[in-house]
Parts: sequence; structure tokens; C-alpha cells
Amino acid sequence: MQNPAEDRPRTFPVRIWRGDANGAFQQFDVPRHASQTVLDVVTHVQRHLDPSLAYRYACRVGMCGSCAMTVNGKARWTCRTHVDTVAVDGTLEIAPLNHLPILRDLVVDMAPFFDKWAAARGQFSATATRRDDFAKVSPSSPARRAIDATIECIGCGVCYASCDVVEWKPDYLGPAALNRAWTLVNDVRDGDGVARLRAIAADGGCQSCHTHQSCTRSCPKHLSPTASIAGLKRLVARAAMKGTL
Amino acid sequence: MDARAPLAAGAAMRGVRYAAWRFVLQRASAAVLALCVVVHLATIIFAVRHGLTAGAIVARMQASAFWPAFYVVFVIAVAIHAPLGLRTIADEWLSLRGRATDVALAAIALVLLGGGLYAVASLAG
Repeated sequence: MQNPAEDRPRTFPVRIWRGDANGAFQQFDVPRHASQTVLDVVTHVQRHLDPSLAYRYACRVGMCGSCAMTVNGKARWTCRTHVDTVAVDGTLEIAPLNHLPILRDLVVDMAPFFDKWAAARGQFSATATRRDDFAKVSPSSPARRAIDATIECIGCGVCYASCDVVEWKPDYLGPAALNRAWTLVNDVRDGDGVARLRAIAADGGCQSCHTHQSCTRSCPKHLSPTASIAGLKRLVARAAMKGTL
Repeated sequence: MDARAPLAAGAAMRGVRYAAWRFVLQRASAAVLALCVVVHLATIIFAVRHGLTAGAIVARMQASAFWPAFYVVFVIAVAIHAPLGLRTIADEWLSLRGRATDVALAAIALVLLGGGLYAVASLAG
């Protein structure tokens, strides 16, 4: 006969941000399970302890990028973060992403983040029409290989929330938008190169990056926005000296 | 730029070019300073080991055109690099930006340039 108390899973304390920017942390005791993710923890709280908790997720498997939060001080995908790997003294502190307006609890307004993608001319601008033949791009060309290194960004905002320069200079475009701009700069089918270069060379553009590499260290896809921004800096410097900006 | 484009767009384009040139000048002056600082420090260490006197320094500065020219380049690089770095610090840490800040930084650049060149001229006799 087992002791019923031993059947009950042990719990651990989790502090979760509640309210808007003026809110505070609220503590919950959450049952501890093997292979438990931080998203599992938040979901348990919402389903069993406080249904008013607001948070955002969709795929649960690291594809959509919507569940990013600040876990024990660092921006992470909660769905791909095991409690085992991040708990400090057996506790978790879960907050919304940094550098974005808090809507409620763990949900931030991503609009400023994507507005900066638009400001960096992150939209593809086609030069061909449907009547033209397919563009032939060699997979081994340097430009296409540069795109390979950047294209997997899913816009989760972890790099943006981890960037010191975004904190110090709120109009800085940020690593994700600049990584997107570098992707399109290398796309031979795109026709918006000069306008894009001007957009990312303005005050708050790629030159503002201090190469701290927090974006590169935090990127869950293991991309290097720092390398993309360095590429943009070289282009801007060359264009300034050639007088083509 | 289209000649019919509004004046505001022209000002924005100038802003982009200034931003790009600030970046180029900061990096280029940093490269010059990296070399100058190494030569300057090596010279000081060499001079100290061989008995540093004010007379020896003045004599070296007046012996050839190399050292005055070297320090003129050094001073110009400092006058470019330091205000641009301060501009970033003022922007990011103090939220100071705009015309008044740029005027103050230009004044700092002129003080560094004037003071540095005056010192070089005085030593070079």
C-alpha cells in the first residue's frame, strides 16, 4: 500500500507576471512532472489555477514562434524549454518579452516589432511578372548561401527582446528586421535594393549595432543576426564612399 | 534623387548619408587610432627606458617632420573619433539627441582639434 501523499506529484513555486507594465509577479504552486516544458507550466496555471491568465502560443513544437517569454531573466521559446534546464533553485520566474508593450500578463504587443520589419523594407519587391520565366538561382552562389544562413527566422522576437541596443535606443530597427533586410539584399529577384539600403542606413539602422551578439546567443534557430548586420554595415560603408546612398 | 521630390525627402536623404558617413568616419578614425596609440605608447616606453626629459622630447619633435606630422594625424583622428563616440553615448544612455547635442559635440571636436594642434605646434617649434 502506497502512501497517498506520495502519489500526488510534488509542486514547485512559479512566479508569473500579471497585469500590464504596472503589474506584479504572482506566485503559483505547480505540479512538477518529468520532461515538463515552461509552456506546460503556464498552461497548467491557466487551465487549473487561474483561467484569467493571458498568454500566447500555437504550435507547441518550435515552429510558430508565438510562445516566446522571459524565463528566469532570459527570452526563450517556452515550448522548447524544459523546466529542468532553466529552473533556478527549483523555481521559475516567467515574464512577458522585454522591449515590447505589455498587453496583459504574458502577452506583448508585437506590432512595434513587425513595424520595424516594414521600416527596414522587409517586404519582397518583385522585378519579374507571372509571364516571365522562373529566376534561375544557383544554390551554391554566394548570395544564395548568405540567404541560407538567414532565411529560417520565424519572427519570434527573442533576439529583439535580448538586444541591449533596442533597450537603449528605442528607434533601433533591431536584429530580426535587419536580418530580414540582409536576406532580401541577397535576393537577386528583388528590386528594392537602394531604397532598402537607405532604410537600414538611417539613424537607428544597422550602424547602431554594438556587436554584443546577444541576438546570436539567444536565437532559438541558431541564426546569427550579428553576421547579417555586419554584412549590411559593409554595404552601407561602401555605398557611402561610392556616393550611391 | 528626383528633383521634384519634396524638400523633406531631401533632408531625410541627407540624414541617411550623414548617418552612414558618421559610421565610416568612426571606423576609419578607430583604425588610425589603433596604429597611432601603439606607436605613441611604444615611443613613451622607449623614451622612459632611455631617460625621459622634456628636452629630449622637444628635441625629437623638432628633429624631423615625421613626429609633428604623426601627431597631427593622431590629433585629427581623436577629434573625429571622440565626439562620434560621445554622440552614441549621449543618444543611448542619456537620451540626448538633436541639434543642441550636435552643436555641443562639434564644439568638443573643435576644442580637441584646436588644443591638440596647438600642443603639436608648440612642441614642434
